[in-house]
Amino acid sequence: MAIYRRNYKPYAGTLTQAWSRCFVLFRYSRRNLFRSKFLTGAFVVCFFYPLVCLLLIYLVHSATFLEQIGVRNQILAIDNEFFFHFMAVQGVLAFLLTAFVGPGLISPDLANGALPLYFCRPFSRAEYVLGKSSVLAILLSQITWIPGLILFGMQASLAGPAWTWSHLWIAGSLVLSSLIWIAILSLLAMALSAWVKWRIVAGALLLAVMFFGAGFAQAVNAVLQTESGHFFNVAYLMTTVWNALFRVDTVHPIPVVQAWIALLVYCAVCLGLLMRKVRAYEVVR
Amino acid sequence: MSTTLQPGAASGEKERTPPAVPLPPLVELQGLSVRFGKREILRDLTASLRGRSIGLLGPNGAGKSTLINTLLGFYKSSSGSAKVFGYDIATEVRKIRGLVGYMPENDAFISKMSAVSFVRMMGELSGLPADMALERAHEALFYVGLAEARYRPLGTYSLGMKQLAKLAQAIVHGPKLLILDEPTNGLDPSARQRMIRMIREIRDGKEMRIVLCSHLLRDVEDTCDEVLILKQGRIAHYSNLDEERRANKRFLELETYGVNGANGDFTEAIEKLGCECAVTANRMKMILADGVETRDIFRLAAERQVRIRRMNFRRDSLEDIFLKAMEG
Repeated sequence: MAIYRRNYKPYAGTLTQAWSRCFVLFRYSRRNLFRSKFLTGAFVVCFFYPLVCLLLIYLVHSATFLEQIGVRNQILAIDNEFFFHFMAVQGVLAFLLTAFVGPGLISPDLANGALPLYFCRPFSRAEYVLGKSSVLAILLSQITWIPGLILFGMQASLAGPAWTWSHLWIAGSLVLSSLIWIAILSLLAMALSAWVKWRIVAGALLLAVMFFGAGFAQAVNAVLQTESGHFFNVAYLMTTVWNALFRVDTVHPIPVVQAWIALLVYCAVCLGLLMRKVRAYEVVR
Repeated sequence: MSTTLQPGAASGEKERTPPAVPLPPLVELQGLSVRFGKREILRDLTASLRGRSIGLLGPNGAGKSTLINTLLGFYKSSSGSAKVFGYDIATEVRKIRGLVGYMPENDAFISKMSAVSFVRMMGELSGLPADMALERAHEALFYVGLAEARYRPLGTYSLGMKQLAKLAQAIVHGPKLLILDEPTNGLDPSARQRMIRMIREIRDGKEMRIVLCSHLLRDVEDTCDEVLILKQGRIAHYSNLDEERRANKRFLELETYGVNGANGDFTEAIEKLGCECAVTANRMKMILADGVETRDIFRLAAERQVRIRRMNFRRDSLEDIFLKAMEG
């Protein structure tokens, strides 16, 4: 069809499946993200620590090399604590990446009034949120549980089946802990950006929720002589859950079940906020 | 409960003959009310809109945009129901949205995207495969006259260009109904003319039906064949403009000068033809009877040596209709 013909013709071809349309948003948003050189650089930096871990696993199993450099091969144990530390480092990087990427997903649509254009099509609000959050979910997966599983696979292949079977639960912990963290970060970033509609402010607000949240929690604990202030500290709650998932022995003032419940409440509040703000038009009553 | 409105009914005018091939109902409203908190925005709207191009008119705050947003499922109705193409807005809104192209009133775009990417994405979200969406995005942008600027970011567009880009995204997927909310807002006269011409072309192409929401009477008069006038959330008037225009053609104004006494004969002769006449000095107003044409008037005038100085059809402009509706 020649595009220079200035006439209108209706479309009579086939349509794509309704379920596949939220991936349209994923494709366009992801393409926009990687136009930023800074983000591309930051994304690459996120793979440094997994590479270091990969090297460490290889070295631990390379007895000849360790003998050559005069190091005992028991100096580093590849166990649950090793993967816990891996998750802790990658979790921080995931947070920083979210603070940079997350607010830019929804706030431009809200600021430019583009939501009516999405929702006047056969495309629901849930699909919109799913499409936008999938950008973060896939991006953060690439730096958390996917390299985690690669490390686990590497260790399993070098340590043999006995180690693999006795530590198989670590793979589950890696996936589950990553997914919870990704869900919390994605929902928090999108809810805040939907609330303030301004990318930079939303990014700052996300940092504030994490850092000031921790400070506020400490202040509440000190003033009220309680441990309940930790419920305001999302990172602390997450660490409590991760400790339990990776079976790391530490004493936590907040029971793990309560930490789980608190994280779920955070997710629910963010979802509620998103559903309230992500509308074609806001109703002023 | 109000009854179903047909064109002209709200103004109390006589029933008119339906068009030869009536179109299926586009929008059917059955006691539709919309309430935001304590404010009732739309009140018990009942009408069956069938035109190819329907204008929604009303002063600011009359409920035009709310009606459109309710038909698109953005707002929930507090009572009553509405159907678009026979699909209920409460239960089948996804089907309705699949048939609709919507051009919103306010700025609605993604500033860093180029027009072609933006229109393509909107096409894909409507269900077009990626390659087809790209092809149609180019076509739609050519069609609206943004061919040269289609690779520029939308944030750099002028207001008129943004309006055209909004129109392009509304037609890219080939909808059956095009909803235009204040399409000429903020346009200069030449851009407005271009927009109106394009809407007329779309209307005359007969592939799409149009609902145009505006407070500019001229826009509606230029592009619509039916008009629904809203006032304070109620239907003040609903009429078929074509029929109104046809009806008004029978109303004639004459200014004459001639031999003394000739005007009296002339008036009598006209009345004998079955026309109603009102005479003031040399001015006559008449409603032509069926079968009487203007040439009959000229013939009678020639026979009685009455010279016609001026003759024109008096027609109610949309402004007259609108003002009557607002007074009512």
